[in-house]
Amino acid sequence: MLRNLRALVRYRVLIQSLVVRELKARYRGSVLGFLWSFLNPLLQLLIYTFVFSVLMPERKVVEPYPLFLFCGILPWTWFSSSLIESSNVLITGSNLIKKILFPAEVLPIVSVLANLVHFLLGLPILLGFLIYYDKIHSTIVLLPAVIVLQLVFTLGLSLFLASLSVHFRDIQNVLANLMMLWFFASPVIYPYLDIPSRRLQKFLNFNPMTHILVGYHQTLFYGGLGHWPWLLATAVGSLLTFVVGYFVFDRLRDTFAEEV
Amino acid sequence: MTPAIRVSDLTKVYRRYSHRKQFRTVKSALLGGNLFKELKPDEVFTALSGVTFNVRQGATFAVIGRNGSGKSTLLKVMAGITRPSSGEVVVPGRISALIELGAGFHPEISGRENVFINGIMLGLSKQEIRDRFDEIVEFAELKEFIDAPVKTYSSGMYMRLGFSVAIHVNPDVLLIDEVLAVGDEGFVHKCLDKLSEFRRRNKTIVLVTHSLGLVEKLADEALWLDRGKTQLRGDPKKVVDAYLAQVATREEQALAAAEAQAVAQFQKPSQPQHPADPPVEPYSAFAREKGRWGSREIEIVEVDLLGADGATKHVFRSGEPVTIRLAVRASGTLSDFVFGVALFNADGVCCYGTNTHIEEWLPEKLSGSGEVRVVIDRLDLIEGSYTLDVAAHQRDGYPFDYHRSLHAFRMTSETKDVGIFRPAHRWEFSPTVVLRRREP
Repeated sequence: MLRNLRALVRYRVLIQSLVVRELKARYRGSVLGFLWSFLNPLLQLLIYTFVFSVLMPERKVVEPYPLFLFCGILPWTWFSSSLIESSNVLITGSNLIKKILFPAEVLPIVSVLANLVHFLLGLPILLGFLIYYDKIHSTIVLLPAVIVLQLVFTLGLSLFLASLSVHFRDIQNVLANLMMLWFFASPVIYPYLDIPSRRLQKFLNFNPMTHILVGYHQTLFYGGLGHWPWLLATAVGSLLTFVVGYFVFDRLRDTFAEEV
Repeated sequence: MTPAIRVSDLTKVYRRYSHRKQFRTVKSALLGGNLFKELKPDEVFTALSGVTFNVRQGATFAVIGRNGSGKSTLLKVMAGITRPSSGEVVVPGRISALIELGAGFHPEISGRENVFINGIMLGLSKQEIRDRFDEIVEFAELKEFIDAPVKTYSSGMYMRLGFSVAIHVNPDVLLIDEVLAVGDEGFVHKCLDKLSEFRRRNKTIVLVTHSLGLVEKLADEALWLDRGKTQLRGDPKKVVDAYLAQVATREEQALAAAEAQAVAQFQKPSQPQHPADPPVEPYSAFAREKGRWGSREIEIVEVDLLGADGATKHVFRSGEPVTIRLAVRASGTLSDFVFGVALFNADGVCCYGTNTHIEEWLPEKLSGSGEVRVVIDRLDLIEGSYTLDVAAHQRDGYPFDYHRSLHAFRMTSETKDVGIFRPAHRWEFSPTVVLRRREP
């Protein structure tokens, strides 16, 4: 497993070119092209702001709500698109796996990284909003740490899902609904501290995304560091997820060429 | 010297899940959380078993065999794409496998970008690709299209680009799976030239192909796989001949089986038609469905094709002597009868038809069992599948026993000439027209 991981470093050029290809191919042929990377989160933001400011104004608990929402939606979009794409990537890439010799983990990794780039492209807009609302905190320098944390967690889960979905195609169907549930079980549209019952909060503490999102909220929105013990625990959990995810992927690797 | 490829006792077993079983594994794996155990196969298919060979550095090694004999699996295992179930493959040098051309191409992006990504996938560095880029494009003959998205390419252009990238990887060992049928004649020649260049540079080539001519022309050694097992290995000419002999035997058996089935199907005699009824157009090129009809006052009990040695067979070489033997039995004593035969090719074209009446044989008497033979000293039909009609009828056409398309045979030939029949011929040239016979 370690040897495979090291071999992966040799394939970084391939990963890099595939990510570039993925980004280029995604918007090829669309009029606005790369602008969509900015427009998509903006449109999403508009919808949620409309729902929670106009349709259900009584749920407003943090101000300014659009900014709070934006801090959560951007990383969540990265997370959920990565998982949904990864669950499919070995099957759509079957042509590569069957015909060319290269490490299959490149494919889910490329999905996660391509979505990371989209996420990073959304950050300047977020920064603009932060300046507009005069919400720049010094904790923003810790943002990269939270991003790395999420990256490790997402990679581990993606590898796990990618390898399992080769054998159980059902995963793809379940995942879309599961991600919806997971979305509402994570503090994206509501603040973590606003969870009404203590028992529910305890339950949500088992969700690593809860702490990662709180990490974003604290570094960007509130400007506090109070959540660090949880984040540390999440970091350990993320590493563990990665190791388990990669281990499962590695174990199932030899079956891919025959099953996809 | 260490061999370029060493394959020892290679076995590859594929797992086969039945549909029902697969459903059960998903359910039980989800419920029991018992993933690795549940993935164990209940049924297996052995694609390769105990294959052993070495290929020396610089040799061209051909693998032949029927469809599904394990050739492609062998190549995939050698390329490292699938792992062997047991045994091992050792290839010390850099491998490039042309299993499917342009496998990694993305349709939305340009040829240029695809060349880079495909090259990297095949193990080149960016710099190496940059150095060879012009050469790759030149070889693929795609200079003016290289910046267009690959989805706009024709399938030929796609294949050419794929081939060009793969061949410029400059591997020590090149694995080729039946991909030389790309592009037009000119491009195929270029590919073959490239292979010759590889050979000159002492690179090792493994070739999986159905083109036996290519095997005899290119290969230093050949391996014939049958159902995953090594059938024969050695001199290409010898291996190809042995393979062809087996193919002929197989065809022979298949034709014999088909014929037995066809005859059995039409065993029952039909009601005799009224003598005044016009007979079914005797040697029609149309409506070639199988059939048998007639009153059976004369029954054609057996139909055989005999070779030169008098033994029954179904596959003949063009120009070989063929005897058509009819075993007949008359229920009474008859004085009005005609025997006829006709040969049809696969398109339903009557290649030749005749009967005793046309050839001025006057019937006098037939009773009990007997035999009728049509002896053809040379059957100069071109290569292909043929069917044989045989008939016994009255001179006015009233059918006794008519077999249509029940009997089949095959002609084989080295010469790939076209048409229906090959007249005995030779070529003559005046001294200013110079040709040289290609070495066999």
